[in-house]
Amino acid sequence: MNLKNRNLISISDYSKEEYMHILKLAAEFERQPVQNIAEGKVVATLFFEPSTRTRLSFESAACRMGAKVIGFSDASNSSTAKGESLADTIRTVSCYADIIVMRHPLEGAARVASEVATVPVINAGDGANQHPTQCMLDLYSILTTQGTLDNLDIALVGDLKYGRTVHSLVEAMCNFNTTFHLISPESLKLPSIVKMHIKKHNLKYYQYSEIPEAINKVDILYVTRVQRERFLDIQDYEKVKNSYVLDRSMLTNVKSNMKILHPLPRVNEIATNVDSTEQAYYFQQAQNGVYVRQALIAAILGLK
Amino acid sequence: MGKKELVVSAIKNGTVIDHIPADKLFQVVRTLGLTDCNTQVLMANNLDSTKLGKKGIIKCQDVYLSQNEINKLALVAPSATLITIHEYEITEKINIGIPSHIEGTVKCYNPKCITNVENVIPKFDVIDKDDLKLQCCYCQKVTKKDTLTFL
Ligand SMILES: [Zn+2]
Repeated sequence: MNLKNRNLISISDYSKEEYMHILKLAAEFERQPVQNIAEGKVVATLFFEPSTRTRLSFESAACRMGAKVIGFSDASNSSTAKGESLADTIRTVSCYADIIVMRHPLEGAARVASEVATVPVINAGDGANQHPTQCMLDLYSILTTQGTLDNLDIALVGDLKYGRTVHSLVEAMCNFNTTFHLISPESLKLPSIVKMHIKKHNLKYYQYSEIPEAINKVDILYVTRVQRERFLDIQDYEKVKNSYVLDRSMLTNVKSNMKILHPLPRVNEIATNVDSTEQAYYFQQAQNGVYVRQALIAAILGLK
Repeated sequence: MGKKELVVSAIKNGTVIDHIPADKLFQVVRTLGLTDCNTQVLMANNLDSTKLGKKGIIKCQDVYLSQNEINKLALVAPSATLITIHEYEITEKINIGIPSHIEGTVKCYNPKCITNVENVIPKFDVIDKDDLKLQCCYCQKVTKKDTLTFL
């Protein structure tokens, strides 16, 4: 499997075999995180929009392999603030770095960058569009906790309408004979275009309005935040907000292998009394992000 | 064709757009900017057509459509036939249809799309030709008939 010089803009840019290869490499990095294989390489992290967690995760991944990191964490102190076009910024940085990791508030920005860059580009989020490395670390977390990606029951909780991580995860998990349990308020249901994707793969999905209706059937509970801003009517929000808060008391009869994932940051949708349960996996999930990003950078730079 | 064609007199050199649905004739005129055309433009509408019921036809002296204009025409009136005339003879005739990929013709309806902010030529894959749906190659949002704007 050779992923050298490949861009990663959308999860669908990689075949199932290709992202399985990345997950396998990530497992190697989990066993041995410090590997000095990228010495002399330069990784550019261009964050046109701040996202401290994602940026630090990539930078940690680069540092653990001995690469040097250049870049910016906020467009206000970059040349973009002086009116330089995205294309020109990317062309210039291509001369300084071996790989570009970028986050941008506009949708499609990473695709534009990949068309002008002379080095490979990894999309670390383009507005509400794609965040493929989040999806890969979700897959890795599912694989690590369940030992397989095949034939699982996965519950997705919260904002299934706007959550891009949910959409990418559904798309990717459709390759593994998954049964989906969709738990959301009426107004934040999974969009029909994503449901079509499930149907196209001849897979089953069930819809619920409350967590306890599905929690005891599933292997993975993937929780996302229900944001007040997504409701047109504040009363609608008040009515449902407590239905999408996971509490320890709901975990009494769950399957023994069940794990709770969350893309973070969490606000109040998982009560802190869940953190110490054996189902809570969201902090390890964040840790897994570093291994997956090490695997991606190493594969794309042709070091693995 | 033959005699029916002569409802509108022939042109010497230029372009004939035939088989335009009658209700799309004026949209075609506007879309192709023929309102500003200085050469002879002959038009007829609500002509009998076996294919369309009622059709419109446009003949423009010394006008030849660019690929971009053909793309626009394809999106407005996919049933149209494009005929090139040289010395009163037909030199080329194409049934245009909707292409499967479109570049630089249509604006992405998503205000947060990079193509609406930076100087980037929009590109779309046509994912539904019958009920026109264009998926942006950058932001992946779908522009439909009711949100279609030409560049
Ligand atoms: Zn777009």
